[in-house]
Amino acid sequence: MERPIISQQVVNGLMLGSIYAMVGVAMTLSIGILRFLNFSIPALFMIGGMLTWALVHIGVSWPLAALAALVADAAVALVVEAFTWRWMRRAGPFIPLVSSMAFLILFEHLAVALFGSDLQTLPRLFGTGVDWRVGHLIVSIPQLAGLLISVAMVAALSLALARTSMGRALRTIAEDSDTALLLGVDIGRIVPLVFLISGVFAALAGILFALNYRQVDPFMGEVLGLKGISAMVVGGMGNVWGAIVGGMIIGLVEVLSIDLFGADFVDITVYGLLLLILVVRPTGLFGGAEMGVRA
Amino acid sequence: MSGYAEGVLVLLAINIVFAYGAFLPIAAGQLNLGVAGFAAIGGYASAYLSTNTAIPVLIAILLGGIAAGVIALAVAAPVLRTRGIYLALATFALGELVRATILNLETVGGAAGYPVAAYIGLPVIGCFAAAVVVLVALLFATRFGIAITAVHDDERVAELMGLDIRGFQIAAFVLGSVIAGIGGGLYAHHFNYIEAQYFNISLSISIVLYVLFGGTQSVLGPLFGATVFTLLPELLRSSAQWRYVLFAAIVIVVMVVRPHGLITGTLIRRLFGDAQDLGLGRRERRA
Repeated sequence: MERPIISQQVVNGLMLGSIYAMVGVAMTLSIGILRFLNFSIPALFMIGGMLTWALVHIGVSWPLAALAALVADAAVALVVEAFTWRWMRRAGPFIPLVSSMAFLILFEHLAVALFGSDLQTLPRLFGTGVDWRVGHLIVSIPQLAGLLISVAMVAALSLALARTSMGRALRTIAEDSDTALLLGVDIGRIVPLVFLISGVFAALAGILFALNYRQVDPFMGEVLGLKGISAMVVGGMGNVWGAIVGGMIIGLVEVLSIDLFGADFVDITVYGLLLLILVVRPTGLFGGAEMGVRA
Repeated sequence: MSGYAEGVLVLLAINIVFAYGAFLPIAAGQLNLGVAGFAAIGGYASAYLSTNTAIPVLIAILLGGIAAGVIALAVAAPVLRTRGIYLALATFALGELVRATILNLETVGGAAGYPVAAYIGLPVIGCFAAAVVVLVALLFATRFGIAITAVHDDERVAELMGLDIRGFQIAAFVLGSVIAGIGGGLYAHHFNYIEAQYFNISLSISIVLYVLFGGTQSVLGPLFGATVFTLLPELLRSSAQWRYVLFAAIVIVVMVVRPHGLITGTLIRRLFGDAQDLGLGRRERRA
């Protein structure tokens, strides 16, 4: 087999990176606004992917399956909020973490109980005709669409954070939730919104992963969640554009290190890079927002 | 004793050791999400020593713990300059890095796993677990325990009182990693086989769950949390996959009802009277 040219690998890395970026954005929103490392986000990613597969498997058309998975994930995100941040805002930073980790275990094993633990494969939904050829490069249109969707969503999100009154309320909560409460910010109404937005990002990432890579399993969220956390750290915690760039970097590092050193060394390079950044420059490559959101 | 009961008790003892490894940094306000990585370092280092040198098993296990502590020190010293969630994320990255590195280390078997010749049974492991519980309880009855609690409750005030905050946090973190490393050594020498994939992020998360579920205000919390977490899934075994679902649901509900964990300072005082001197009922954090 001919060794794929390096520019094709860069394209593949960016495409994979866009999935990491979306999970990273979900993570960074939660950390930036609520100071909450939300471990249920990998579960939301998995639910998005598994539900899309399950519905396509029983004959539902893929756009409908994707939409249903998105709606289901939004509902799950609100359930998670009701059992984590809402109750335990005053109980110290580690407690919501416990519940979100328990949600991860719960949903993973619920998926195993319902669908089994095997790797499931989606049928090929798009023919090779949807590949876009630029010279020697092959760019899959669904993947490109995924990348554009995630960039557009982050653009809309950062505009909303900067310009709208809801964005101002979110930034106030990020600054200090007690002060926000004193200033009349309706925390009880706004915080579910944060869970909802980050849930939608995680769900879309899961759906796009299922449609493009056509493989899902109940534990798919763990690996992607770790890569999403890496994207968040590289970009600076709380920095939504940083998470996008961070996701791309992680995707590139991963694909290129497979190319250069072989598949066994991927995790060493990715997590080595992550540890190095945390030790040398903990605010990330572009500077975080000091635990506040920055658009 | 049946083989099944012995197996469960061994797992319980090892989980208790792991839980105290995670408890020490949490008690000082720092989260270690790489406990599994330190357990792997201890497990592999002790297995390598007991297999390839004349060092006796028990000494090898202790040396494995020290190896984990040295790595912890190397990571914690630079990372603890920063605040908040950074140490948690750095330990998470380190845990994954350790796992990925061992997978590629052919001297200890790589992805195929590493066979360990020497064997230790339930009595030895039980003694180790009991020793860890007693030593940590004694430690929390000393000035060290009071200082750790002060750092956890309010860093600024603790600093004003002249405590070396970073020093105590690093000490708690390194000591916890030594204990986790010892736990890894016990695991390796009981099952006579270790593989890197066992020491993954799920293991780290489970160990942290033992501690936070049991409660961090008392040195009895991790003991209780690890016991419930080990035995409850065994009791629920009849319902196969659903036992994990049920189990996670129970955790979520309990955290809503008792956000400070099952064993709180107030509960200890209600049960045993004022047991502060034993370090059993550490002060409630801002009620």
